[in-house]
Amino acid sequence: MSAAAAALFLREWRIASRLGGGASIGAVFFLILVSIIPFAVGPDLALLARIGPAILWVAALLATLLGLDRLFDGDSEDGSLDLLVNASLPLEAIVLVKCAAHWTASALPLAILSPLYGLMLGMGAWPLALTALSLVAGTPALTMIGAIGAALTVSLRRGGLLLAALTLPLAIPVLIFGVAAASAASGSAAPFASSFLMLCAFSLGAIALAPFAAAAALRRVRD
Amino acid sequence: MGNLASPSIFLDFVRRATPWLAVATAATFALGLWLSFAAPPDYQQGETVKIMDIHVPAAWLSTLIYAAMTLASLGTLVWRHPLADAAQKAAAPLGAGFTFICLVTGSLWGKPMWGTYWVWDARLTSVLALFILYLGLIALWRSIEDQSLAARAAAILTLVGCVDLPIIKFSVDWWNTLHQPASVFRLGGPTIAPELLWPLLIMALAFTLLFVLLWLLAIRNEILRRRLTRLTMIAAAEGDGLAVVPATGKSAA
Repeated sequence: MSAAAAALFLREWRIASRLGGGASIGAVFFLILVSIIPFAVGPDLALLARIGPAILWVAALLATLLGLDRLFDGDSEDGSLDLLVNASLPLEAIVLVKCAAHWTASALPLAILSPLYGLMLGMGAWPLALTALSLVAGTPALTMIGAIGAALTVSLRRGGLLLAALTLPLAIPVLIFGVAAASAASGSAAPFASSFLMLCAFSLGAIALAPFAAAAALRRVRD
Repeated sequence: MGNLASPSIFLDFVRRATPWLAVATAATFALGLWLSFAAPPDYQQGETVKIMDIHVPAAWLSTLIYAAMTLASLGTLVWRHPLADAAQKAAAPLGAGFTFICLVTGSLWGKPMWGTYWVWDARLTSVLALFILYLGLIALWRSIEDQSLAARAAAILTLVGCVDLPIIKFSVDWWNTLHQPASVFRLGGPTIAPELLWPLLIMALAFTLLFVLLWLLAIRNEILRRRLTRLTMIAAAEGDGLAVVPATGKSAA
């Protein structure tokens, strides 16, 4: 059973990193989102440094959610979703493995790259570290929430837009505590520890519950 | 009550209940509005306190409707009942409407009281999230053609989204924000003066009756719409038969 999970994880990793996979495009999209903000609000580095954690978090949220619309679509189109649904591995575990692979291939690079992009916004070393840390803790929740939306909108035309409309309101609490934790170093009212622990709680709760909702959506929408 | 699950008995029940419900709704609204305008102005807020009689019932209903949709979603997923599908589909636009009324009257009340139409306060933001959730559910219903598949997808999203309900309810207690904490349903009794509380409760009853009336009618329309779709498809299938075998087609026509 764990061998099957490992094989599925490797398969997802290869699909994400090879030609036509979305992993590297996510990082580029993240960079574009970060770089259009200074064009919109003006190149005032003091202002950009102050709202930097928020910019990085919104960009990571959009890059994560928009990258998720193909999580089950490719498998649905070429028929491998039928095999996955009938596999010996429970569908909930399959969803979890796919999300884990997607997170390591698409969301973790965003957290690792965020200090680099944050430097361009004039953020100090301490806010950069806290932002990266909060992204590592918070993006699993975003991936899991997005997976529910991806399962609901699988094989729908214009599923990507619908996915964003369905999951963004559910991602608001994660965003609130993520930005609160990330901006603790640059004079936010809330202390870092409480926001960070809430963020970890969201992620753990989403990892525990979301696979059941996504698997139910995949099963019920398909038959 | 169990028999109501049959669509034709349900339609019959709606036909008989509608006039009574409509009269009761109109009478309660008349009484509520009269009490509201007869009530003395608040010592601080003046006459603007009457906005409360629209705003607070709409806010209660916005969460109540979501709770009703959550129950209907359980009916869809557990018992796979078509009436539950129709009930949750019919409730979503009503919920969006009452949430919209709540947000609009809230900002109209906020302008004279807080000096601004909108603040990014926890209660306002979570109700806004509820409104977007309703719109997302309507969008999901509209983008899946097969209605029973759409019902299951919407039911799963409804169950996932119901985490927003406790956040709305307790947001004013968890975070210290501009919106006031609960003043009617609280331990130790309401903190609102009885002359203002009575019109509010009557208006809340009127809003609830209005919702029940509109909901029943919308479920009825949904059942009839499905029957019409089915009949149209049967007629279209017979029409296909016409083209293939002209002789029998003519006799059938």
